[in-house]
Amino acid sequence: MTRNPQLNANGELTHLLTLEGLPAAIVTHILDTAEPFVSIAEREVKKVPLLRGKAMFNLFFENSTRTRTTFEIAAKRLSADVINLNIGASSTTKGETLLDTVDNLCAMNADLFVVRHSQSGAPHLIAAHLTAKGRSHVHVVNAGDGRHAHPTQGLLDLYTIRHYKKDFRALTVAIVGDVLHSRVARSLIHGLTTMQVPRVRVIAPRTLLPTKVESLGVEVFNDMREGLSGCDVIVMLRLQNERMKGALLPSAGEYFKHYGLTGDKLALARPDAIVMHPGPMNRGVEIESPVADGARSVILPQVTFGIAVRMAVLSIVSAN
Amino acid sequence: MTPDGDWPDAEAALEALVERMRGAVAHDAALVGIYSGGAWIAERLAARLPGAHPLGFIDVSYYRDDYALSGLKPNTRRTALPFDVSGASIVLVDDVLYTGRSVRAAINELFDFGRPERIELAVLVDRGGRELPVEATYTGVRLAVARDRSIVLSRDPGGALSLCVEPVGVASDRPA
Repeated sequence: MTRNPQLNANGELTHLLTLEGLPAAIVTHILDTAEPFVSIAEREVKKVPLLRGKAMFNLFFENSTRTRTTFEIAAKRLSADVINLNIGASSTTKGETLLDTVDNLCAMNADLFVVRHSQSGAPHLIAAHLTAKGRSHVHVVNAGDGRHAHPTQGLLDLYTIRHYKKDFRALTVAIVGDVLHSRVARSLIHGLTTMQVPRVRVIAPRTLLPTKVESLGVEVFNDMREGLSGCDVIVMLRLQNERMKGALLPSAGEYFKHYGLTGDKLALARPDAIVMHPGPMNRGVEIESPVADGARSVILPQVTFGIAVRMAVLSIVSAN
Repeated sequence: MTPDGDWPDAEAALEALVERMRGAVAHDAALVGIYSGGAWIAERLAARLPGAHPLGFIDVSYYRDDYALSGLKPNTRRTALPFDVSGASIVLVDDVLYTGRSVRAAINELFDFGRPERIELAVLVDRGGRELPVEATYTGVRLAVARDRSIVLSRDPGGALSLCVEPVGVASDRPA
């Protein structure tokens, strides 16, 4: 097997593609680096000159507003130049291949690519291509690929958990909802196990769980009340509306009844448990408003921390 | 670590610095220490100088000119300036003044918080070797040290400061 494609010859992070197999020391370094970045938003000039003169291309082959925007803000707070490509309306629809697009952008002196793609493995393919072409100074950050990974979301979830709970090694974390289609869940599970969280639970109907999900090192619960009992952290996943059209679920109302987070169910978790959600939320489907807006919800701090974590990732890969 | 010849007593250098600043520094000037050595000195100065001096700390990692060469240092600290920088009289405080690059970075960072009325510079040790047109307003002691040596300030658990000279490279591993 070849070395981890995310790391350079010195074992330093040069691309961020997935949290699977990423050493705990690198994860900790990213979280530590993110911490002082949080306060930059409080300055009169909300910027530091770390990536001044670097060009970051947002390559979003799949729609996203929040992730693209937070990457853009992160890069701008580091003084990088940001170029957003509206791929849907451009070259790929004219037949250009992914790697030809990348080569053309490299000819425009790109330094960083932030990639979202509906195909699992697309960011990996770009990183391998850049290595093959000898462009080791160009870096790739995965902003979500297919059902595979969403590593910066996983990292910001880890940052949020560490911020409120301090020590990973004493926690029970429950991930609730559509684990089957969720790259957010996959990245978070890998991150939690890497950071030695002793109890990671997934709570979902069987139709929304991947087969052999236990092999990821999680406990499986089909009953939400049972699964939430004694939890320190509850991560709700978005139920994508398109899942309703298949035969996976009877109805949104039925789903909410069994897997929606209500104040009643939250009371089963530890009294200081926090509630997280990667957004966008479907109120009344996976979470009720009084919980989403309640004292235990850290959903908006997650967004704020997400910018600092992306600043950390961009500044670390750029230097390696 | 082996001693590398004679070096001055850090506490004596601090006394000399206090004497130079007493009466010369505005009574309400903010003292801003550059992490980590400068932060220790700023704390000591704030306790010793007459007047009420707001205390701040600055980590210049994001403003350094060698990021592209050496990346981001681990353990970057949060810059904390708990006073209004706009219109403030500020004394930047550092342990060792050498090339002047840290001071350049610190001044740039201060201006991202506002427009200070004035910035002065206080250093415990001036070792010469400037690569930028930067000079200290107040200096504790001047010291000539070979280019392949770095001057390292340490603080013991009781708060006492000491100076030593080490081969270049060792210093970057010192504990914060």
